[in-house]
Amino acid sequence: MALLDVNHLDVRFALRRGDVQALRDVSFSLERGERLGIVGESGAGKSVAAFSLLNLIAKPGYIAGGSIHFDGRDLTAMSDRALRHIRGHRMSIIFQDPMMTLNPVLSIGEQMVECLKAHRRISTREARAISLRKLEQVQIPSPAARLDQYPHELSGGMRQRVIIAIALLLDPDIIIADEPTTALDVTIQAEIMALLLELCETHHVGLILITHDLGVVSQVSQRMLVMYAGRVIEQGPTREIINDPQHPYTQGLINALPQMATPGSRLNQIPGSMPSLDNLPSGCAFHPRCGFVERADGTTRRACIDLVPGYVTSGNGRVACHMVAEMLERERIPAEEIR
Amino acid sequence: MSAIAHAKAQAPHPAPAAETASPLLQVRGLEKHFSLSGDFLEQLRFKGGRIVREQRYVHAINGVDLEIQRGEALCVVGESGCGKSTVARTVMGLLHPSAGEIHYAGQRIDDLSHKALMPYRRRMQMIFQNPYASLNPRMTIQQTLEEPIRLHHPDWSAQRVKQQVAEVMASVGIAADWGGRYGHEFSGGQRQRIAIARALAVDPEFIVADEPISALDVSIQAQVLNLLMEAQQQRNLTYLFITHDLAVVEHFGTRVAVMYLGRVCEVAPTATLFARPRHPYTQALMSAIPRLEDDRPQHIRLQGEVPTPVNLPSGCVFHGRCPHANERCRREVPALIVTAEGGQVACHAVEEGRID
Amino acid sequence: MTTPTPRVASRWSRFRGSYLLYSFKRDLVAQLSLVVFIALVAMAVLAPWLAPMDPYDLAQIDIMSSELPPFWVAGSDPTYLMGTDAQGRDLLSTILYGARVSLIIGFGAVALQALLGVSFGLLAGYLGGRMDAFLMRLADIQLSFSTLMVAIVVGAVVKAAFGGATFSAYAVPLLVLIIGLAEWPQYARTVRASVLAERSKEYVDAARVMGFTSRRIMFRHILPNTLSPIFVISTVQVANAIISEAALSFLGLGMPETHPSLGSLIKSGFDYLQSGSWWITLIPGLVLVVLVLVINLLGDWLRDVLNPRLYKG
Repeated sequence: MALLDVNHLDVRFALRRGDVQALRDVSFSLERGERLGIVGESGAGKSVAAFSLLNLIAKPGYIAGGSIHFDGRDLTAMSDRALRHIRGHRMSIIFQDPMMTLNPVLSIGEQMVECLKAHRRISTREARAISLRKLEQVQIPSPAARLDQYPHELSGGMRQRVIIAIALLLDPDIIIADEPTTALDVTIQAEIMALLLELCETHHVGLILITHDLGVVSQVSQRMLVMYAGRVIEQGPTREIINDPQHPYTQGLINALPQMATPGSRLNQIPGSMPSLDNLPSGCAFHPRCGFVERADGTTRRACIDLVPGYVTSGNGRVACHMVAEMLERERIPAEEIR
Repeated sequence: MSAIAHAKAQAPHPAPAAETASPLLQVRGLEKHFSLSGDFLEQLRFKGGRIVREQRYVHAINGVDLEIQRGEALCVVGESGCGKSTVARTVMGLLHPSAGEIHYAGQRIDDLSHKALMPYRRRMQMIFQNPYASLNPRMTIQQTLEEPIRLHHPDWSAQRVKQQVAEVMASVGIAADWGGRYGHEFSGGQRQRIAIARALAVDPEFIVADEPISALDVSIQAQVLNLLMEAQQQRNLTYLFITHDLAVVEHFGTRVAVMYLGRVCEVAPTATLFARPRHPYTQALMSAIPRLEDDRPQHIRLQGEVPTPVNLPSGCVFHGRCPHANERCRREVPALIVTAEGGQVACHAVEEGRID
Repeated sequence: MTTPTPRVASRWSRFRGSYLLYSFKRDLVAQLSLVVFIALVAMAVLAPWLAPMDPYDLAQIDIMSSELPPFWVAGSDPTYLMGTDAQGRDLLSTILYGARVSLIIGFGAVALQALLGVSFGLLAGYLGGRMDAFLMRLADIQLSFSTLMVAIVVGAVVKAAFGGATFSAYAVPLLVLIIGLAEWPQYARTVRASVLAERSKEYVDAARVMGFTSRRIMFRHILPNTLSPIFVISTVQVANAIISEAALSFLGLGMPETHPSLGSLIKSGFDYLQSGSWWITLIPGLVLVVLVLVINLLGDWLRDVLNPRLYKG
């Protein structure tokens, strides 16, 4: 069994208009030391997916179904106390905005020591020593001096390094990073991503990286999920998906990048925009923007409009698309006839 | 070394007729400082037993020269705090330059009065970064689009104004029935279309776009970029395009200016710059773009971080992070020199031939 | 574009679907407050028709029927439902007329405050620099004079220059002036703060780039977007102005007893509290408290609804 196993996870938000389903039927797993990228545009549900792993969804939201097994135990059935132990200790989270995690009135050292002592019975001196070692690991210049500095005295890139050091404090099994570099400049982003990757590899820590940047995912993750309107529409090994995307949305997302077109030519845009979760189209949520609802021969795939697509296995990945299912079906029939 | 010496000897090289015509926009020696010290009383400091008046400034732009030719898209790239947005806002008259001149179609515009500037306001328009803040929440789309037309064409009939609005809405792909609705009813991409329509409503010839797609999702970015390129072809627009995204620059720009800490460190035609970036900072910036074909980050590692624009480094502003810096770089500010490929670069190491 | 486009809504249907109405329907306190407030205002406005007698008409006053208790107390006269005051005026009629005076002064003073405060706040916030510094120091100076000080100074000047009779004749406009002048800085500060927030938004830059004049940008673009805080502060200020007026009248600096507001009624009855005629003070006092309370409750509700940080579409 994998270290983390998410099965058919449903998350809803209770709003005054009624429930809105933020995640539907999300399933994925993460092996020990594996790096997984979750890609999607804003509103796709990628952050909700990450937060639900730690049961951190804010109030109107709740887990309506499915299970999250971590190291063999179901997190959805766990008490708050037991969850708190896992949070921070065995899974830690890195937010987009470092100031969400850092307390502006405590020095870096105080925050790290506090965090250590909350989970372990150790002396302040030991805790400071561990903190210093972690700051050294994230390659902060003059780490000893940083312990006594306050968050506002550090630059954005430096703060994100401190956050990574805090995430590593208790030697977790999994780090969840929610758009960790979106607020940073490209040169700093490249360094933070390289650092994160290096640390995960040397310490054999699993990484769940949430981002909208396909370039970052392809550099860092081994497997990836693509999310659209609260569903995982495609998942598989990163290289395979980047080189040969199956779902029309994934194809559209990759082809829309400027680097995929000749300079100056028209970009391959996806028409329309992501539907809001409380007003999803029927059938496949992507069908109003999809160019494959109509077959090559001009007939319409009714299933795209009427039926929510199930998952089919394609290569080493899984895709939720009627068109792909039809293609796979067509390939299989001749093969059986030959036999 | 030899390539540059050669280029210098030849300069000015013979240029096609279109280039010899005067540039549409010319920025000369532009500087912009923001005071950090507040009013007179707040500037007084007690130092060494005496009260002294101390003023501190953010040096947002420090001597920027740019030329934009008619019909081209000049992209200004750089990281946050490099002064690229300040350049855009100063060009549009939202900020007054601390020093330097801005010329539009041969006329100096940075010292004009509000009234004298009006004809240029119609010809120059701006698109902003945040589509959630750039539309007045209390105005309908129709009102938003009619207002500038009425201002610049007071003699037009209501009928003609409406017709112009309808035309511009159609040209940016806005349905005609959106007019009666408010900005908050639309998604980010749709709002950015409306903001583009507002800029196009008065038929400008020059558009400053300040990070127009940075706040949008990937699939929407492509839509808006396509729209901007279509508008450029149909209306023969000239763009000053501010962005931090080099992938967009490569696709969109005719020429690129790379900025670092308020200075231009390299200007070159897009293809030239991407084929052979000369300035060490440009090289580092380009290596940092995450590309789909990469299996792991392969960026050039820079030392340290961007210094604050309050206390500028002496000499070349990049010397503290540059792997090729020497004594001269720490002492002397490099000027832009013409390269063999037709670009310009401000780097002592390139000039001396220490690096390619 | 395949994006579904919602229908264009009329003003009325937009109001019906708005969060304002939605939250009002769910808030019992706000509903009750509004009902009470409307009832009080209606009674005050319709006082000349509702009131059994005209307290300003000396011919109707009978000194013999002074200090009669309200109807539920022994010794009352059924003609005077709420009893009478020391001068023999019907208390119910006097309260209705008094509430009218209080409301006129409250709203009038707030209108003046809003006029001064909104214009100064807009100018200070939008133009900034020296204008900002000058207007805000002016506001600081104004705030350091309490309403009471302004009332004493204005009262003294008017009485010295034109005599007490003139002051009494023009008491309502003078009180509007005093309270309006004394409390505009609250408005100016609130408006300035929200103008500063709005000014940094890109739609204001867009308007400047278009070439609009500062005046048009201030009034057409920024002002409509600062209306929410103006509404909220207005409710609080109306309540404050009514209280200020009552306090001034109670101290004898406000409405004369011949033309009483709620405040001067309370004062006129205060002397008779010891002799057991509690109703002359207590009943107008209760009306004042209820009036101010419902206005404040409505203001609280409005603030919760219009606060964009709490807003959930």
